[in-house]
Amino acid sequence: MDAILLQILNGLDKGSAYALIALGLTLIFGTLGVVNFAHGALFMIGAFCSVTVQRILTLSFETVDESQKDFLGNPLKVKTPYVESWFGPETGAAIIDWSVPIAILFAIPVMLAVGYIMERGLIKHFYKRPHADQILVTFGLAIVLQEVVKYFYGANPIPTGAPDVFKGSFDFGVMLGFEANAIIYPYWRLVYFGFAALIIGGVFSFLQFTTFGMVVRAGMADRETVGLLGINIDRRFTIMFGIAAAVAGLAGVMYAPINSPNYHMGMDFLVLSFVVVVVGGMGSLPGAVLAGFLLGILESFASMNEVKSLIPGIDQIIIYLVAILILLTRPRGLMGRKGVMEE
Amino acid sequence: MFGLDKKDTTMLLVVAIMALFAPFILNPFPADSAMAQFNAGYPDLMQRFVIFGIFAIGFNILFGLTGYLSFGHAAFLGVGSYSAVWMFKLLSMNVIPAILLSVVMAGLFALLIGFVSLRRSGIYFSILTLAFAQMSFNLAYSVLTPITNGETGLQLTLNDPRVLGVSQTADGSIPVTSLFGLEMRSTYEMHLGPWLFQFNAGYYLSALIMLASFYLAIRIFRSPFGMMLRAVKSNQQRMNYTGLNTRPYTLAAFVISGMYAGLAGGLMASMDPLAGAERMQWTASGEVVLMTILGGAGTLIGPVVGAGFIKYFENIFSKINDNVLHQWFAFMPDGLEDAMVFIVHPFIGKGWHLTLGILFMLVVIFLPGGLVEGGQKIAAWVRKKRNKGSDDTTTKTEPAE
Amino acid sequence: MGILEVKGVNKRFGGLQALGDVNLSVAENTVHAIIGPNGAGKSTLLNCLVGKLIPDTGSVMFDGQSVLGRKPFEINQMGISRVFQTPEIFGDLTVLENMMIPCFAKRDGSFELNAIPSVASQTDVLEKAEAMLVDMNMADKRHMNAASMSRGDKRRLEIGMCLSQEPRLLLLDEPTAGMARADTNNTIDLLKQIKDERDITIAIIEHDMHVVFSLSERITVLAQGTPLVEDTPENIKGHPKVREAYLGESA
Repeated sequence: MDAILLQILNGLDKGSAYALIALGLTLIFGTLGVVNFAHGALFMIGAFCSVTVQRILTLSFETVDESQKDFLGNPLKVKTPYVESWFGPETGAAIIDWSVPIAILFAIPVMLAVGYIMERGLIKHFYKRPHADQILVTFGLAIVLQEVVKYFYGANPIPTGAPDVFKGSFDFGVMLGFEANAIIYPYWRLVYFGFAALIIGGVFSFLQFTTFGMVVRAGMADRETVGLLGINIDRRFTIMFGIAAAVAGLAGVMYAPINSPNYHMGMDFLVLSFVVVVVGGMGSLPGAVLAGFLLGILESFASMNEVKSLIPGIDQIIIYLVAILILLTRPRGLMGRKGVMEE
Repeated sequence: MFGLDKKDTTMLLVVAIMALFAPFILNPFPADSAMAQFNAGYPDLMQRFVIFGIFAIGFNILFGLTGYLSFGHAAFLGVGSYSAVWMFKLLSMNVIPAILLSVVMAGLFALLIGFVSLRRSGIYFSILTLAFAQMSFNLAYSVLTPITNGETGLQLTLNDPRVLGVSQTADGSIPVTSLFGLEMRSTYEMHLGPWLFQFNAGYYLSALIMLASFYLAIRIFRSPFGMMLRAVKSNQQRMNYTGLNTRPYTLAAFVISGMYAGLAGGLMASMDPLAGAERMQWTASGEVVLMTILGGAGTLIGPVVGAGFIKYFENIFSKINDNVLHQWFAFMPDGLEDAMVFIVHPFIGKGWHLTLGILFMLVVIFLPGGLVEGGQKIAAWVRKKRNKGSDDTTTKTEPAE
Repeated sequence: MGILEVKGVNKRFGGLQALGDVNLSVAENTVHAIIGPNGAGKSTLLNCLVGKLIPDTGSVMFDGQSVLGRKPFEINQMGISRVFQTPEIFGDLTVLENMMIPCFAKRDGSFELNAIPSVASQTDVLEKAEAMLVDMNMADKRHMNAASMSRGDKRRLEIGMCLSQEPRLLLLDEPTAGMARADTNNTIDLLKQIKDERDITIAIIEHDMHVVFSLSERITVLAQGTPLVEDTPENIKGHPKVREAYLGESA
């Protein structure tokens, strides 16, 4: 029982990331009808927003401290971050410590801008072109984006820590009446899950309760009819693209402490996210979220030793296997509407 | 000639001449000159040109003709490589059985994956092939380690139980791949003044096989089968209501292109007998997509051009460093020189992927026919300009309005 | 016994009864029109004949054989060719290539791995396609890209492609929909010519009464998924039920 619970928890953080990326992919596919292979790159850019904010906050000046000597007997050079000298050492240190959450504020405008530029500058011209062309041009864009990031940040992963309060783990098992250490779960992963739930809830209520969201949902169902009503769908879709980019970006920002950002992390997540979208149902938002969590949890179950000894290697292929089975037996996915891209 | 029309014959002959004289063409700079680093005429790189050429020609039979975009073709290349290495380990160091097995195995593998994937089209097909390829890649890394040797990759060892041949040579080293005794690595070096030209047995074998593959691709393109594949791309509905079953057509195209990929993988292992899982990764599949589209999908010569272009970039362009740039811009005033170096720097050396990505996007956006179409457009423009020029001379006497 | 026998066909989509107990018999070598107001189930019926839809109950026999459960390409190979409402042709191919493809399908069946000989060496197919282009009056367009032709020419090509398969039954789905008057008349003339010159049965779904009455020998009126009446054009014109259900509003 506790083992099962542990695996469900383990699946949640990866599942959250899948769900968030797949949500953005689906928003873009559902509203604009575009297959975006650069979506993983947006996730990656988000993660590097964390890195950037951390670097900005730790920008330091050097002072020579005569009272301290290094091992050669020379006066020690001390680096002091600007924020510490401006806000005092304690507040400054706290700000640096919280750089990842602070990066959210930085990432929102950046990601909205990236999304806006991408849609207006490139994607817009591909609405009428075949899906293969959309895949190709966004694949090219993904390469360009990751190479730009590689140029500025290098090829190695950059560790980006969570705030100290969230370091360490917390013992779920005790809370639920199991033995101590049966279910240990890092705090940050819990934060990540909560954050993902918040974003998903936000996106859904935005679509459900605002006029804007209503038009977009109508547009997802039937673009032509809404166009006939004289509503400027295209502009709303541009904004939607920005939002989808922001969702992917924020997923990346908060993921930085879980997995040190590197320039190809986007590509790694992209393939899986596409699988998630397909399993959930192309164009279905609840499907994307559901499939994201389901596959995340399924993956963590498959990596249990008991399962692995039964079917060796299953953890490596379970997601793909599920996707292939779903595509062949129920091409519209778990929650896709009938007739959407079934052929 | 060869059952081809005049235009195709000319194209085949041009490719043949280019391939046969590649050691000269690719080595235009004297061996000791500063420009020698731009020489591409060394065996290793020339082999890669033609082997990736085969890979791209095969991919184009599927994507260029039917429009089915596979993101998993590297899996077949990987299967080909593993099969070839196993043949070297178990049977003989002769490359012929190894290459044959790699083609057959890749074909069977493609039959299996194609049978399932082709039940869907469009983006679903792309994702299915992607999923299958990633699955193969993951399996090669984990459970299939007894066959693939996992992360290390499959290599020859000193105690391979080779049936036809020896486990070790007389001096205790691993035997080398050969074609009935002709070692693939054997290279004849020709010194001609300051120039050095290398003629490598492995390259010439690969080049001949590439020419045969290219010839076969031309035949397929011009055949009723090729026409049917273009019809599949154009209108599947009409195909079905014309009494044609599209699935065996697409499956045949898929298997043929998978066999081309297997052939490329087998040749790769024949030149250098090792095989690793990274050859199957989806980014490797992405590379052949880049090659085909950059060169010109659906055109005959495009994939070959694309493969050559990308491999040249990967190996030569990536060698340009800041020193070289400073030499190039040395004629400029100092400040400007530094500025130019600064601007160009991100795009060269290790940044060649960036240049490639931008170039690829430009091609997809503006030149759906790839570099080949670009070349044709420029040629047409030059011709027009020339004609216009001659027109101008004749109409010169007329007064301007 | 007609060449096409539809008996007791029902088809439901969710709560909607699209076809209710349809019986239809098309006699060999006649032109049979199926008319009816929008939503009468004409297209659903047609889709049941060509294998795109499978009826819930009932039987569809073509020349004594059931077509139910067969794929569109198999039904086509049995001798039923279909012309679509918007011309379905191979837009990326030339007109001649368009015409060759059904000729290959007729000669080689549903699949043939004919990958080595060149198209140019298939003289029998080439000659047949060229002859059909002459018949269709489009020999001068043979090297044109099919997509760049006018709508009337695309329709003409599509009909020619169907004919080159030598079908026994030609199904036409509103062949003049969205056409200018001149193109419509051309199409009528073409169909009349086909009817006179070939041993072929034609079933036509049409909205345009001008087309229906100038071509057909029998007419079935469909309303709300059920055949209302079947008779000759003269009798249909005067039939009170038909006037009420269909012609009443438009006449």
